[in-house]
Amino acid sequence: MNAFLATVRRDLLLAMRRKSEVLTAVFFFVIVTSLFPLGIGPEPVLLKKIAPGILWVAALLATLLGLPRLFAADHVDGTLEQMALSPSPLGLLVAGKILAHWLLCGLPLVLLAPVLGLQFDLDASALGILTLALLLGTPLLSLIGAIGAALTLGVRGGGVLLALLVLPLYIPALIFGAGAVEAHIAGLDVGGHLSLLAAMLVLAAFFAPWATTAALRIALE
Amino acid sequence: MRQSLIHWFKYGSPQSFYPLAGRMIPWFWAAAAVFGIAGLWISFFVAPTDAQQGEGYRIIFVHVPASWMSMFIYMVMAFWAGLGLALNTRVSAMMAQSLAPTGALMAALSLWTGALWGKPMWGAWWVWDARLTSELILFFLYLGFMALQAAIDDPRRADKAGAILALVGVVNIPIIYFSVKWWNTLHQGSTINLNKAPSMAQTMLWGMLLMALAFWMYSIAVALMRVRAIILERERHTEWVKHAVE
Amino acid sequence: MLNVSGLACSRGERRLFTDVGFSLAAGEWLHVQGENGSGKTSLMRLLVGLSPADAGKVFWRNEPTPSVEFRRDLIYLGHHAAVKEDLTPLENLRLAAALDGIALDERGALAALIRLGLRGREELPVRVLSAGQKRRVLLARLLTRPAVLWVLDEAFNALDVAAVKLLGELIAEHLSAGGMAVLTSHQPLPVPGGKVLVL
Repeated sequence: MNAFLATVRRDLLLAMRRKSEVLTAVFFFVIVTSLFPLGIGPEPVLLKKIAPGILWVAALLATLLGLPRLFAADHVDGTLEQMALSPSPLGLLVAGKILAHWLLCGLPLVLLAPVLGLQFDLDASALGILTLALLLGTPLLSLIGAIGAALTLGVRGGGVLLALLVLPLYIPALIFGAGAVEAHIAGLDVGGHLSLLAAMLVLAAFFAPWATTAALRIALE
Repeated sequence: MRQSLIHWFKYGSPQSFYPLAGRMIPWFWAAAAVFGIAGLWISFFVAPTDAQQGEGYRIIFVHVPASWMSMFIYMVMAFWAGLGLALNTRVSAMMAQSLAPTGALMAALSLWTGALWGKPMWGAWWVWDARLTSELILFFLYLGFMALQAAIDDPRRADKAGAILALVGVVNIPIIYFSVKWWNTLHQGSTINLNKAPSMAQTMLWGMLLMALAFWMYSIAVALMRVRAIILERERHTEWVKHAVE
Repeated sequence: MLNVSGLACSRGERRLFTDVGFSLAAGEWLHVQGENGSGKTSLMRLLVGLSPADAGKVFWRNEPTPSVEFRRDLIYLGHHAAVKEDLTPLENLRLAAALDGIALDERGALAALIRLGLRGREELPVRVLSAGQKRRVLLARLLTRPAVLWVLDEAFNALDVAAVKLLGELIAEHLSAGGMAVLTSHQPLPVPGGKVLVL
């Protein structure tokens, strides 16, 4: 447990020393959500309808932006190798890194989404559901994304290849996450959507660190 | 029992598998031809004209078997990749690598025939029904697998990384299919549904089954041919390959 | 305690070495020699378990590796700097120890840094240190990690004369306390005795 918390602390400390990297993903989120009204038109009814989808896609892309950095820096300076040789289980350290990644890339999106949702004229309860869905969904995105980041570590064409690998796997989260908000707006029950998101999150929390660890060891060979 | 197990493992080496694959290939081509001719004959001449959809529906005799094969091949690919990872055998990993392009082809064929069917039936080249959308995502999964293997220079690392990706994909496919089905019923109802093929006459079922078998035999034949090429390329520095290509 | 037998390794299509074996008991060290490209680094990585071997086995305390005990008793310093440039030497040491599940208080970390000649630089980000000083931060881990087996790959590179002497002393102290070491270099080493393996 200590090793897990130490890893989280380490990654947060490192990010604080280079704040610009963290803020980039957040600004990206804001910019992308603003692009859609510019491309589609400012009609409020239409924007309100597509808002959940837009916010979710933007969240996906913003998370994707931060993923290559999850392991790359540690791989380049050799600290990842040291982690692989640590007596602490690598899976534990990887889980710590994923949690730190979510705190830095995912949580800001969760906090920012309601504010951006106002731009699309979503009402308060819809914003609440959106926040809750993103709260369940963004850790899921970090977990699945970590597998992709580990598989493409040090590989040519890394960032785009990572997107190709990971985006199809993100689709269920997108469907249920945006679907929850849309269902709420339509007056339907959101319990099903949110439970499925939670179930996927639990599943990913168990399997993703394990798959990521296997992929990292392969990358280090 | 012991004997046969050891006998089986013998084919885990590229050198033994290469000639074995070579001997099997013509048989599978023959089977593919037989099933294919039978299937096409039934599709075009035996199966009755549909009351609602006329002759155009006959494309399902290609579309449905292609969809089945694209799913099936992914499972087989993941199986071989997983086996290669667990037992550290090269031939298993090479089989996975050789199946991927054929699987992608089946997925692409399914998408294309789906579009060709959709246009005369519903007036649109593409419809976002659950089956087609899942097929599209499966196509992306194939592309991702092939892209990852192509991007990694070291063949052993490519094998293992691809195996992990294939296994992660296999776990996700049911989740993706389920979620897309949910998404589709939520948004479009059942108005546009390629699953609603004309109620199955016996002959239609036979036609699809035979075509599916034909595609299956074809896939095996092509995969075996491809794996032989992969073996030659990856083992090119060994003595037996140098003799084999003289 | 360390028993290696029949190790074989290839890089791509080249066979680097086959049937490499040796044993080490407490207080002994092994000098791995060879030209550039002969596979010294590959052997080190095989030994610690980063790369898989084509053949052969490594046993630590009669248990096959990799085992948790092996990792606990081992420290590997390779070619990489293995320090975070944005953190201070003090933070690097303490976080590395925490990640490994080793208790290291500030006093212990400072003592190690001072021994390595980094007094006054403990609180500067590693980024601003010279290359030699960065190497010294890495070497400080030898003191803060209670490892039995030291596997050092080209550790003497990029060190000035004083640092070379210091590292030699550290290794000698480690060996006389019952530790073991496997070192590679293509220069003669300032450590007495030792078995030799030529690749």
